[in-house]
Amino acid sequence: MADDLLNSFTTGPDEQGRFGDFGGRFVSETLMPLILDLEAQYEYARTDDSFWAEMNDLWTNYVGRPSPLYYAERLTEHLGGAKVYLKRDELNHTGAHKINNVLGQIILARRMGKSRIIAETGAGQHGVATATVCAKFGLKCVVYMGAHDVERQAPNVFRMKLLGAEVVPVTSGRGTLKDAMNDALRDWVTNVEDTFYCIGTVAGPHPYPAMVRDFQAIIGKEARAQMLEQEGRLPDTLIAAIGGGSNAMGLFFPFLDDKDVGIIGVEAGGKGVNAKMEHCASLTGGRPGVLHGNRTYLLQDDDGQILEGFSISAGLDYPGIGPEHAWLHDIGRAQYVSITDVEALEAFQLCCELEGIIPALEPSHALAHVMKIAPELPADHLICMNMCGRGDKDIFTVAAALGIEMNTGA
Amino acid sequence: MHSFIFQIAHICARRAEQAELRCEHGAANVTECAALGQSILNLTRLCGMSGHKQYEGPDMTRIDAKFADLKAAGKKAFVTYVMAGDPTYDSALEVVKGLPTAGVDIIELGLPFTDPMADGPTIQLAGQRALEAGMTLEKTLQMVRDFRETDDTTPIVLMGYYNPIYSRGVTRFLAEAKEAGIDGMIVVDLPPEEDSELCIPAQKAGLNFIRLATPTTDDKRLPKVLTNTSGFVYYVSINGITGAAAAQASNVGPEVARIKAATDLPIIVGFGIRTPQNARDIASVADGAVVGSAIVDEIGAGKSPAEVLAFVKSLADGAHSA
Repeated sequence: MADDLLNSFTTGPDEQGRFGDFGGRFVSETLMPLILDLEAQYEYARTDDSFWAEMNDLWTNYVGRPSPLYYAERLTEHLGGAKVYLKRDELNHTGAHKINNVLGQIILARRMGKSRIIAETGAGQHGVATATVCAKFGLKCVVYMGAHDVERQAPNVFRMKLLGAEVVPVTSGRGTLKDAMNDALRDWVTNVEDTFYCIGTVAGPHPYPAMVRDFQAIIGKEARAQMLEQEGRLPDTLIAAIGGGSNAMGLFFPFLDDKDVGIIGVEAGGKGVNAKMEHCASLTGGRPGVLHGNRTYLLQDDDGQILEGFSISAGLDYPGIGPEHAWLHDIGRAQYVSITDVEALEAFQLCCELEGIIPALEPSHALAHVMKIAPELPADHLICMNMCGRGDKDIFTVAAALGIEMNTGA
Repeated sequence: MHSFIFQIAHICARRAEQAELRCEHGAANVTECAALGQSILNLTRLCGMSGHKQYEGPDMTRIDAKFADLKAAGKKAFVTYVMAGDPTYDSALEVVKGLPTAGVDIIELGLPFTDPMADGPTIQLAGQRALEAGMTLEKTLQMVRDFRETDDTTPIVLMGYYNPIYSRGVTRFLAEAKEAGIDGMIVVDLPPEEDSELCIPAQKAGLNFIRLATPTTDDKRLPKVLTNTSGFVYYVSINGITGAAAAQASNVGPEVARIKAATDLPIIVGFGIRTPQNARDIASVADGAVVGSAIVDEIGAGKSPAEVLAFVKSLADGAHSA
């Protein structure tokens, strides 16, 4: 299947940046030349051995790749069904998968002669990764972060500042990831000469969704080889959490043409996917629209106004989803489900107790779905879940949700 | 008499389109196509228009008529932007109705959107005020219908973002916009690369699709930006968002000349124009000037429609003195 390009799921996007009807380049004219320039630079870099040699060196010696594929033995025993493996991307430098992509974009920015890097961040993981790589290369870094997220992710804000980044709290809208992205785009349109916009997820105008996917695909490539080595075969089910969807796309992409591998993306169900829209499940609770440079599934009202999502996890608190996920959903290659805040919190605690791993709230959503399906599956069913981030940043949020008072010292 | 000819031309143009379609699909009666083509050519000649028609815009809109009038009078165009429904439907309608008398030649009517990525704080807040007061696309169309009850000549250009239009459905929206009396549209997040979405259907529906050209639109890209556009070209005088830095006529003049060399369409300059003197300076090096945020600031500060219109008049006098 994989060697038949006509029947491959991995050939997208097309020349217009479309995955089926999704994706595209819905940006203002000022940004269009910049995006075309980036596309040309990326097209050149992706087949340039020296670019990947630099990436591989940094992945190995700066990030600590490959991340382990870990058999979660006690969790598996506890659930009493499928065999659960965790892809340990929370062990990366900076504590999440985000740095995989940031390194790629910053190397590109350097090649393009850009001296100032801007980024949006939700939970702060992408902001921390960007600030980190900018510090390493001596680049100026400005991170836009919703004012609400600045409050609930104080440790990451301080980290970014230690790393020399300027953190700009965004007060427009409800002050979350969507609004941070708006302000980052406004910055970019104002500072076109020297500035590179480092997008943290597989969304935005073409070529970002494809480029970020290609940088994150290292997760799936490693997991594939590691599973073959440890089990002698491919996994039966892949599971990953989705906000914009970069860790999920990174895990899924190298498996898309393995037709026996089931793929499940887990969206943030907040207080429950219902008419009150107190969730961030774009695929299960939204419909197609155009925002932030691409057409994808969005949470919106009948008039096409974008709704604010709701999730305990700042990293999933986004009303859209990457266009490639929207396409995989529509053609049925991947299945998308949602998990509520309460379910994610249970999974968070279980993982701490059984595996000695404090997961971020984002992969806790993926884990909650593992907990749902694993008990019903046979013992020889292999699940590979992306543990895409560690939970140190979330302990205050979790404490508050559990009704425990902590002196944050903040 | 004029309107009769236009109607006939319109009907023929539609029949020609159908004939073209049949030709394209290869099932055509060649004689029928040729005969129809010839009769269209004769009719468009009769109307004084070009027989070659490939999405370079509808035949004649209120925008085209306005520019013809301004040219005949030797005047520059003064264009203003206000947000539909800001801060309420009634107050916004009162302002919009008063704009022509205050000296406004073309009205840009903002369609509120939750995520106006190309706009500065002034227009962001205006959109929020309008949305909080219950403004919708439906009510924006109604505002145009209300305006058209007493004014059938001042062009209205709808300006906003694509999602509310996409959400309503492009075909439905275009029919409603035309019926309500909208003449053209500026959709910020639809560059030429996405022309098949709305630009081409809009022109086929008889509406002008006005494109933004910016300082980053270099000579290589300019022809692409000018293709499939009509009405006028909106030159964005700065790299940035609305309401930001001030535009300098000395920088704008050469850019306008560069674009003029590539198109016959009028060039209107906007972004960063805040005072009557600015408006005069910019209008003197272009075919007209747009003021948005400076007026929306007055509305945001709670000024009455009469006070807002007095300010607009001072700007119009500035632009028209160019």
